[in-house]
Amino acid sequence: MALNWKTGGILLGVVFFLAVALVKPIGVSTQFVILDGILWNAVDNSVVTATEEGGYTSTNAYLARSNGKYAASVANPFNYSFVFVLAMMAGAFASAMARGGVGASERSMPQVWRDNFGDSTLKRYAVAFAGGFIVLYGARLAGGCTSGHMMSGMMQTAVSGYIFAAGAFLAAIPTALMLFKEA
Amino acid sequence: MTSIILALVIGASFGAVLDRIGATNPNYISKMLNLTNLHLMKTILLAIGTGSILMFGGQMLGIIDVGHMSVKAAYIGVFIGGLLLGGGWALSGYCPGTGVCAAASGRKDAWFFVAGGLLGAAAYMATYPMWDNSGLLENILGGKVTLGTVPGSDYAGLTAISGDLLGIVLGTVFVLVAFLLPERPSAARGEVLPAE
Repeated sequence: MALNWKTGGILLGVVFFLAVALVKPIGVSTQFVILDGILWNAVDNSVVTATEEGGYTSTNAYLARSNGKYAASVANPFNYSFVFVLAMMAGAFASAMARGGVGASERSMPQVWRDNFGDSTLKRYAVAFAGGFIVLYGARLAGGCTSGHMMSGMMQTAVSGYIFAAGAFLAAIPTALMLFKEA
Repeated sequence: MTSIILALVIGASFGAVLDRIGATNPNYISKMLNLTNLHLMKTILLAIGTGSILMFGGQMLGIIDVGHMSVKAAYIGVFIGGLLLGGGWALSGYCPGTGVCAAASGRKDAWFFVAGGLLGAAAYMATYPMWDNSGLLENILGGKVTLGTVPGSDYAGLTAISGDLLGIVLGTVFVLVAFLLPERPSAARGEVLPAE
């Protein structure tokens, strides 16, 4: 059972506030690119290289953009934003364990999916994989996700945050209305 | 080292709160997006409002460093990417942050979401030059701008209105909407829902 929205909303708001007060606004989706870069560079170490100026660059145009900002993070994964995402996972794991864990049936698929599309785990996993692909492709095109654009962005009154949220809900609500009739 | 400690503390708190508000649970996401249960929407709106009021209030009092703000650029791709993310979000019930947290909490389908996400991010890395050449990544409305003009910030304002006052006003609006939004819109229209 989720927290009351008043308690949960204030707690979540305080976390977003503390992040910007102490370091910088929260964002997550860039780290998918960083992990891809780390894996790619582990297979082929010519992908990310140091520059003569002491920075980093990459053979990949996306990793090399903004003066090699992403390339530098790939070369030094022990940085704030990457560790942040690992810590998020540890925090969610501890929280889930403390409330007794996620039930066996929920662990393979959420009830709302089961009610609408049946028990096939293969089907659910395939859709979750496809969904992940679309979400991260879109997040990188947009330059941020629900955390960075919608929450952190709208909190800072960023124009981009409002544009992103409009696009996200404009697609998400009709899709969910079509998919989840049994809810 | 300090930054790593902050990453651990703030990151773990964020992950734990996402888990406790139900954001890592696709049942809540799906029921929010198909408008049958707006509990999570009320939580998110209250969080944005709370964060905004605290941040801009702190900046006005001079206790929060305005230099910590980080405003992303506005361009057409933000909207197109938002549409894609929204579609995938509804389909899977996960977004990037809640997906990794759900995977950590033991949801197996979320690991498939994360794997698909890594491939999707890689596909964007491969196709980035095409988007870059398309002009859809060119700044619109001034690029990295806020709705008002925030004193002392690196970002321009879309309007000359005082950015921190506007931030507090909009933050208050988010809080009010969170309170006014019905938790179950269909119940508010007089339909009877079975008890949970």
